[in-house]
Amino acid sequence: MYQQIDGIARPRIPSGCSISGIMSTRGNRMTGDDIIKSIATMHERSNGLGGGFAAYGIYPNFKDHFAFHLIYHNQQSQLETEALLKQKFIVDESGPIPTRIMPQITDPPILWRYFVQVDPEKLFSNGRLVGLRDYVVGVVMYINNNVPGAFVASSGQNMGAFKGVGYPEDIGLFYRLDEYEAYIWTSHGRFPTNTPGWWGGAHPFCLLDFSVVHNGEISSYGINRRYLESFGYCCELQTDTEVVAYMFDLLHRRHNIPFDITCRALAAPFWKNIDMLEEEDRQMYTAIRQVYGSAMLNGPFSFIVANKNNMVALNDRIKLRPMTCGVKGEYVYMASEESAIREICPDLDRVWSARAGEPIIASLEEGITV
Amino acid sequence: MMEIDARGVHYRDLNIQLKEAAAAGETEFILHNINGQRYLGTGIDKQVNIQVHGVPGNDLASFMNGPEIIVRGNGQDGIGNTMNAGTVIIHGSAGDVLGYAMRGGSLYIRGDVGYRVGIHMKEYRRQIPVLVAGGTAGDFFGEYMAGGIMVLLGLDRAGGEPLAGDYLGTGMHGGVIYLRGMMPKHRLGKEVALFEMDDGDEKVLPKILKEYCGYFELDYDQVREVPFYKLVPVSNRPYGNLYAP
Repeated sequence: MYQQIDGIARPRIPSGCSISGIMSTRGNRMTGDDIIKSIATMHERSNGLGGGFAAYGIYPNFKDHFAFHLIYHNQQSQLETEALLKQKFIVDESGPIPTRIMPQITDPPILWRYFVQVDPEKLFSNGRLVGLRDYVVGVVMYINNNVPGAFVASSGQNMGAFKGVGYPEDIGLFYRLDEYEAYIWTSHGRFPTNTPGWWGGAHPFCLLDFSVVHNGEISSYGINRRYLESFGYCCELQTDTEVVAYMFDLLHRRHNIPFDITCRALAAPFWKNIDMLEEEDRQMYTAIRQVYGSAMLNGPFSFIVANKNNMVALNDRIKLRPMTCGVKGEYVYMASEESAIREICPDLDRVWSARAGEPIIASLEEGITV
Repeated sequence: MMEIDARGVHYRDLNIQLKEAAAAGETEFILHNINGQRYLGTGIDKQVNIQVHGVPGNDLASFMNGPEIIVRGNGQDGIGNTMNAGTVIIHGSAGDVLGYAMRGGSLYIRGDVGYRVGIHMKEYRRQIPVLVAGGTAGDFFGEYMAGGIMVLLGLDRAGGEPLAGDYLGTGMHGGVIYLRGMMPKHRLGKEVALFEMDDGDEKVLPKILKEYCGYFELDYDQVREVPFYKLVPVSNRPYGNLYAP
């Protein structure tokens, strides 16, 4: 079997993506060394066409700023985007994202980051008050949709996404993640099947402080995308995973639905199982499926979603992709393979496989501020 | 006896080393610090013994033809994929698609097993694969099973925890599944039904269970204190007309 890469037919190596995540539920920060080691254990699951990381707690000196990580394909896209950022935000600091020269990483685009605040006066538009985060989302959507060659890799507070084309362990060293400290790290090794391998299309996909790393495919992408577009989201990154990040933003942030119920809406129980539930649950799940039918994700998937306070593992309803979880003291681990966890924590207190459609949620302990 | 410290060793190098040593006559292997190396046991057409310390990678014993592998830890996904002969004994749990299209040999798992265990297992004359899981199983246990024997024990189960998940035996059209305990009808596939054990089953099951109990130092009589039921297909060749109506 052959596939076209850069116009050249190369042997297609059957594989599957890899995902891995680590969280300190006490908010203790760790360097990127462990997450790189973990994802590298599953090297065989990716094919060098995408790797990436999300890190939380990395910008303590700018923790209230929105950290914009940008991918530019040319200088014109940078000039246009910077003019826009200056118009929409107060840009307090900006500069290139530090990288290492690595022979494995070829032709990187321009990678720049900006720490921005919003002037409250900007939130009044046409006599209406726009929410702070809705305003930021609007700018992200505008850039992705309207500035050719510019893509927002992440836009959250005290977090960032580091992604590109290459094996994840090489991408991690390229971005010098050994020099950052985070209390949540998630990572992805990509094996693109349906969509191109390009820098903006690598995982994680982020919006505000939501990040998603995903193994599988969202077969319901078309329905999900149309549904999200009716709420103002633009899906421009040529990859199905994008909709998962926006679904969490829509359901959890904008509609105030708790994390676990959001997961239940995305991987909703089958009607035959809903029919067997107690009356109260039966009514709740019936309502979820009726209201959020177009948000339901179909197809084989396992993903790790994170935000400032949580790291969540979710599988599709019939578990067509793997997910193992482990706990050691305050540390929670989630990965496609147990070996990826054992590599960095050989003596776990507990290890188990996630069940189909049942979210596993790790949260910061009560009273912990980050 | 050959001992190998496999920490950081790539699976290709490790498997080549095992194959070459087995071809040269080595019969006992002890592998330390295994973590994620795939395809262990594949391509060794000899009755060697391999002890694995750690978590072996996916497709352990895939296409395996002869060896005995003992794992002192948990297994991952795809163990015994299209395995032909030999034995795998896992002292921990095992992942999804365990025994996929298995056509001979035995898999003995002490703990829980994942989803789609025994999918498309098959048999031919005296070539009858055996799979025994000591814990619970996820959905689609025995999916499209065409032959062979599977046993699900549900030992050390917390109260209320089901023995297996949904869609038990969905599409099954051959072989037999022995269950230590009952399953509600709504969790069964359309093509199967539960029956009481008969004399024929009592000739088959005790031998398998005694071997299993021997590997894990379990008391056979205690395991038999809970009644067993058998799950078998109730139709022959349900897909016979699917492609050629």
